[in-house]
Amino acid sequence: MTATHLGMPAFPAAAREAVRDDVLRANLRRATHTIRDKRARAVSELADWDRLRAAGKAVKDHTLRHLDHYLLRLEAAVTAAGGTVHWAADAAEANRIVTALVLATGEREVVKVKSMATQEIGLNEALEAAGIAAYETDLAELIVQMGHDRPSHILVPAIHLNRAEIREVFRTEMGRWGRPAPDGLGDDPRELAEAARLHLREKFLHAKVAVSGANFMVAETGTMVVFESEGNGRMCLTLPETLISVVGIEKVVPTFRDLEIFLQTLPRSSTAERMNPYTTMWTGLGPSKGADGDGPAAFHLVLLDNGRTDTLADEVGRQALRCIRCSACLNVCPVYERAGGHAYGSVYPGPIGAILSPQLRGTDEEIDASLPYASTLCGACYEVCPVAIDIPEVLLHLRERVAQGGPATREGIRVRIRPARGHTAERAALRAARLLLERPGALRAGERLLSRARRLRPRRLPGPGRAWTDSRELPRPPREPFRDWWARERGGRA
Amino acid sequence: MSGRDRVLGRIRRALGEQGAGEGGIGRAPGEPGAGEGGIPRDYLRVHGDRTPAESADLLAANLAEYRAKVHRTDEDGLAPLLAALLAERGARTVLVPPGLPPSWLDAAQAVRVEDRAGSTPYALDAVDSVVTGCALAVAETGTIVLDGGPDQGRRRITLIPDHHICVVRVPDQLVDSVPQALERLDPTRPLTWISGPSATSDIELDRVEGVHGPRTLEVVLINPPAQ
Ligand code: SF4
Repeated sequence: MTATHLGMPAFPAAAREAVRDDVLRANLRRATHTIRDKRARAVSELADWDRLRAAGKAVKDHTLRHLDHYLLRLEAAVTAAGGTVHWAADAAEANRIVTALVLATGEREVVKVKSMATQEIGLNEALEAAGIAAYETDLAELIVQMGHDRPSHILVPAIHLNRAEIREVFRTEMGRWGRPAPDGLGDDPRELAEAARLHLREKFLHAKVAVSGANFMVAETGTMVVFESEGNGRMCLTLPETLISVVGIEKVVPTFRDLEIFLQTLPRSSTAERMNPYTTMWTGLGPSKGADGDGPAAFHLVLLDNGRTDTLADEVGRQALRCIRCSACLNVCPVYERAGGHAYGSVYPGPIGAILSPQLRGTDEEIDASLPYASTLCGACYEVCPVAIDIPEVLLHLRERVAQGGPATREGIRVRIRPARGHTAERAALRAARLLLERPGALRAGERLLSRARRLRPRRLPGPGRAWTDSRELPRPPREPFRDWWARERGGRA
Repeated sequence: MSGRDRVLGRIRRALGEQGAGEGGIGRAPGEPGAGEGGIPRDYLRVHGDRTPAESADLLAANLAEYRAKVHRTDEDGLAPLLAALLAERGARTVLVPPGLPPSWLDAAQAVRVEDRAGSTPYALDAVDSVVTGCALAVAETGTIVLDGGPDQGRRRITLIPDHHICVVRVPDQLVDSVPQALERLDPTRPLTWISGPSATSDIELDRVEGVHGPRTLEVVLINPPAQ
C-alpha cells in the first residue's frame, strides 16, 4: 500500500500559525458539532433506525462471508451490461491498470470524482508519472489539490482551510490548472463556488476520460452507485467517453433491493440530509450498450484488494470492511476533534482510519502501529455507526496485536507479528501519541499542521489514552483541557 | 497468476471454513443450500400512514426545504404555468427530451431545442432551460428520480443547463418511501436521484446552492382533475 503520509515534519511559522490555529480549531469544532447535531435530528426522523442499522450490518456481513461469490456475480453482470472488469491485488497493480487504460484512449487528461480508493493507492501521482494530468473536481478536493495540500476530513476535506486561504489558492493556482479565477475574486463562499464552477465546467465539457470510485456495487445487476452533492459526479459519470471506476472489493452488496437500506442510512449519517442532492446509478453501458449517447461508450471497473483480503482474514478486524465511509464517527470523536484529520497519516482519518489503516497497511510503520492508540475508547463512534462497527473492540484487538504480537495476514500470507520490539505496550502507546499528536508529518502540508496539532493537543486523555499524555515532552496545553471538555460534552450523558 | 486469481484465492483463504455454515463459499441467498443469510428485514416499508394528498404535501415540503421551487397545478394549468416559469426565468431557449408531450410547451415563448445524440456538451451549455418529466418522486426524502425515459432524455440534458423544470404527476408517479421507489425502478436503466439543486458546504461549511448541476430546480406537481 502506498501513500503513507509520513514525511519530514517541518517547523511552524509561529506567528501566523497562532492566529491560524484559532481559525482551525473553530472550523473543526464548528464542523463536527454542526454535523453531529444535524445528524442526530435526521436519524431521529426514522423510527426504525436501529432496524435499518442492523439490516445494513447483516447485509455487509453476509456479503463479506460470501465475497468471492458476489464478486464473481458482479463481474458477470457488469460484463453482460457492456463493462469490462479488472482485478487489482495491490495499489501498484491498480495504478498500472488505470494508467494503461488512460494511455490507450490517447488522452493525457482525466477528470476525477472524489474517491478515497484512488487516494489510497496514490493514483494521481502514478498518472502524473506517466504524463497524465488528473483533475480533482469535488470542490474541496480541488482546493486541496491546487493548494498542494491533503484532505483532512472524509466529507469536508478542506475543513482545515478558511475562506481567505481558499481565495488565495484560487487566485494564485487556478490559472496554472486551466481557466483562471476572475479578477478581483472575493472570499464569499458563493463567489468562490462560482469561480470553481466556471473553472471546472471548461474541464467537464471537453473531458474524454473520467475516473471515479463508487459507494456501492450491486452483484445481482452490476449496478454502480455514486452519492454526491455538487454535480461534479454526474458530470464525470455521464459526459466523458471513457469511465474508469476504481472500487474496493468490500463495496459490493448482493441485490438492488439492498440499496433501500443504505439509501436511507448513508445520507442521514453523512451529510445529515434526508437525501443527498444527487445519486447516480448506472449499469454497464446501459440498455443501449452505449449506443444512445447517454453516458460513456466504454466502462471499466477496477476491483481493488490492496489489503482488504488481509483484513477479511482477521475475524475481529474484518468488521471494518462494513464501513460505508459516512464519516459520522469522525464527527463525534473527541480525539479527531483535537488532532484533526491529517494526524492520522492516511487517507482514512478518525476512528475508522484508526482501525482501517493498520489493517490495510500492516503495523510495520510507526504511524500505523500508533493508530490503534488514537482513541479514548469512549464508544461514541460505535453508537453512531450506521453499520454498527464496534470500533473500540477492533482498537483493543489491534493494540493487543501491536503490544503482544500475534497472527496476521499480509498480502495473502499468514505471518506472525512480533511484539513491539524493546518496548512495553505503554511505551509503544507513548511513541504513538507523540507521532500522532506532535508529528503529523505531513509532506508539503507538514508545516502548519505541526503547530496546529501541538496547539490542539489535549493535556491528558482518560483511560488507556493516558499513556499518550503522561510525558514531559508534551509542552503546550490547549486552551481548554481535554478532561474539562470531556466532562462538559459527555459527562452528563453516560 | 492474474490479479483475479490472486484476489479470489486470498478471499477464499481468508474465509476458510467460515462461509460453509450458511451455504458455503460460492453460494448465496436465494440459491439452493442457502437462506437469506439471516438478513433481518423488519425495518419499515414506509414511515407513516398518509393519504395521497398528504404524500404530495410532504413531497412539496421536503423539496422546498432543500431549496427546490415547487409549483402545483393540474393538467390544464400545466402549459400556461411552464410558459410563465420560462418567461420569468428569461429563458430564450428550452431543451426538450424526445418524448416530452408537445402540448406541455404549447404556450411557451422560448425556442425549443431538441436533444440529439450528436449534441455536444458545449451545445447543451448554450441552452437556458430544460423541461422534463420523471420516473417517480419520493415523498419522505423530497427526491425525484429520472430513468432516461422518453420524457426525460439523456442524463446530460438535465445536468448542463442551469435551470431544470421537472414535472411530476401525482399521485401516479409519487411513492412515499425509498423502499417503495426501488421496487418500481429498473436497475438496468441509468438512474439519477435528485433531491434539491446541487449544493456544497465545502467552504467553512456555508451551504452554497448550485455548483455544477442546475442551480435552479423547479418541480411542478400536476394533480389529477378534481372529482
Ligand atoms: S466506521 Fe461507521 S461511522 Fe465511521 S465512516 Fe465507516 S460507516 Fe461511518
